[in-house]
Amino acid sequence: MAIKIEMPKLSDTMEEGVIAKWNISEGDKVESGDVIAEVETDKATMEVEAFDPGTVLKILVDEGDAVPLGGIMAIVGEEGEDISDLLKEAESANGSGSASDDKEDDKSEKKEKKSSDKKEFDPILEDVDSKEDKKEKSGQADDDGRIKASPLARKMAEEKGIKLSDVDGSGPDGRIIKRDIESYEPSAAKEESVVQAPDFASEEDEEIKISQMRKAIARRLSESKFNNPHFYETIDIDMEKAIEARSALNEISDVKISFNDIVVKASAMALRKHPEINSSWLGDTIRKHGDVNVAVAVAIDEGLMTPVLNHTDKKTLQQISSETRELAGLARDRKLQPEQMEGSTFTISNLGMFGIEEFTAIINPPNACILAVGAIRDVPVVKDGQVVPGKRMKVTLSSDHRIVDGAKAAQFLNTLRTMMENPLAMML
Amino acid sequence: MAELQFREAIRDAMDEEMARDEKVFLMGEEVAEYNGAYKVSEGLLDKYGFKRVIDTPISELGFAGIGVGAAMNGLRPIVEFMTFNFAVLAADQIINHASKARYMLGGQLNTPIVFRGPNASAGQLGATHSVAYDSMYAQFPGLSVIYPSEPDDAKGLLKSAIRNDDAVLFMESEQMYGMKGEVSDEEDYIIPIGKGKIKREGDDVTVVATGKMYHIAKQAANQLAKDGVEVEIIDPRTIKPLDIELIVESIKKTNRCVIVDESHPFGGLASEVGFLIQREAFDYLDAPVRRVTLPDVNAPFSKPLFDLWLPDAKQVIDAVNTVTYRN
Repeated sequence: MAIKIEMPKLSDTMEEGVIAKWNISEGDKVESGDVIAEVETDKATMEVEAFDPGTVLKILVDEGDAVPLGGIMAIVGEEGEDISDLLKEAESANGSGSASDDKEDDKSEKKEKKSSDKKEFDPILEDVDSKEDKKEKSGQADDDGRIKASPLARKMAEEKGIKLSDVDGSGPDGRIIKRDIESYEPSAAKEESVVQAPDFASEEDEEIKISQMRKAIARRLSESKFNNPHFYETIDIDMEKAIEARSALNEISDVKISFNDIVVKASAMALRKHPEINSSWLGDTIRKHGDVNVAVAVAIDEGLMTPVLNHTDKKTLQQISSETRELAGLARDRKLQPEQMEGSTFTISNLGMFGIEEFTAIINPPNACILAVGAIRDVPVVKDGQVVPGKRMKVTLSSDHRIVDGAKAAQFLNTLRTMMENPLAMML
Repeated sequence: MAELQFREAIRDAMDEEMARDEKVFLMGEEVAEYNGAYKVSEGLLDKYGFKRVIDTPISELGFAGIGVGAAMNGLRPIVEFMTFNFAVLAADQIINHASKARYMLGGQLNTPIVFRGPNASAGQLGATHSVAYDSMYAQFPGLSVIYPSEPDDAKGLLKSAIRNDDAVLFMESEQMYGMKGEVSDEEDYIIPIGKGKIKREGDDVTVVATGKMYHIAKQAANQLAKDGVEVEIIDPRTIKPLDIELIVESIKKTNRCVIVDESHPFGGLASEVGFLIQREAFDYLDAPVRRVTLPDVNAPFSKPLFDLWLPDAKQVIDAVNTVTYRN
């Protein structure tokens, strides 16, 4: 007699399994205990064994396809056996359309109709059967953000100067009702009564309308900080040679090269060597970007913009310098075009000019990492056993742990440091 | 105070008015020699004779029309219907003539007529004999509708109705005729049309109910009191004109309202009171107003279905628990 091989429950939480690999094909003979397939569950890839010996008569699922728990994956039996009944059953169980399937649909439709008939009856009894009504109501709680309060509670709150948003509603769907206002005790007010009230006239608060830019910053950065698991690595860079190189370059260059330009250039070249840092999380896949496009954070009055230097690794320091200057100017004048802010693969934020020693930045989506650059500090350093004056700069890399692991980030930072400490290396 | 049956209170009202004013007369099926299908007119024939207590054929439209004509000509007829379910046949006289004659004739005449009889359901009488007509007649300008719940109200209000210069529908209930209650023995006891009464005081919820439904509300209130919920019952007594001021005053105190109405849900007393409350007492409401009504279904004959169909105390308790957020 032919036997169906069903999707077994391979983990407590699995609802379906994906056939990762079939070890059998139709016509094969299997023995009890043979591993016939590998199945990917929500937890791991597991082996599925045959329980009964026989010939594989039919494989019903392709590799890579999902089968619900108990769904029929294959049929084993004696060669030449009639398995049409089992095939029909398999089709309906696995949810592809067939005659028996339609019947099933019919039934469920009828059931649905029945229950909706009952619903139609309810409005008639609307006020009569309060329990039914209540059930329906809690089912359709809406989340339009409006504070629900009975008219009386609203009026009482207004009279007592209570903000409705501070009150927890105990009515259906959180409706604030009379008793909530009556029992309301402001927690802050309680504390204040303990602390002596300060003898300062309070100044008026100012509520500022949120600009589109503020909204965008709020949305993008909240999303990034709350969704992307950030981790941070800081490295201290000896800037002596970079300082020398910069002075030398500026003696011959038409455009003034800044330390930031050097950091941008060095980062871009390090990114070329560490493509995993130059990546984006796309949900199902990770994209390693072909181009290195470094965005530079520019502070403006209203907020912050991140214009993008395309093909940063291929540009000369002079090009980087003049382009950065131009983009920063456009940013300050709010004249950046959308395309000048798109396509970044990495971002650099520099607060060195404010004397910030080090800081951590929030990753600029969809980048995997952001580099936070601190100020160049005069510090005593130990060189050849002697304490001598030194120049140091700290940079901190924030990385999205879904894409980048600690060691990869560290390797990138080391490459960056090597380039910064030996600017000649950038010429290689 | 004297303890009287509902039917006795109605009879006394008619008796007193007939004695006071000889223009008042009673007519209807079986009102004279049989002393009324429900013995409401007991003794009146003996006292006032065939001229003023008149048995009619089974012809509602006919004798309602005679009544309206008599009223137009200066008499004060009381027309008894064996039930308002039969008065549907006389609807043309009530709706088109009694209610409109003065209006259409520019006030040249009045229609001082009372149509009275049992209203609504009275047990297993089937769909056509179980309809509550109070809300329907309240739709029409020119008609007053009274639906008392206790003998005392019945007496005082029927006397007012008989003295009213426009048409009044005075609704009773087969199931309440035998109900006893204290009736004022004040001489010439009059309750003005359009005045409701606080029948039970309470702080937690206002329940509006009249006629037979008042007694359902009262049962529910007694049960709820055991749980510490104090119901204020307002009996408007008159459906139209409605004493909405009294209801609103009560809601200003209780902040919650349930209306118990023997009509079907669409456009009845309950909807009207609900609308008026939201307009007049919006800022005082702590919960949406609820109502207990018949379902939108004709009266079933089957006993179990009939019991489900008619509002009962449990439904009122549920509604009260909902508006007081105890559910």
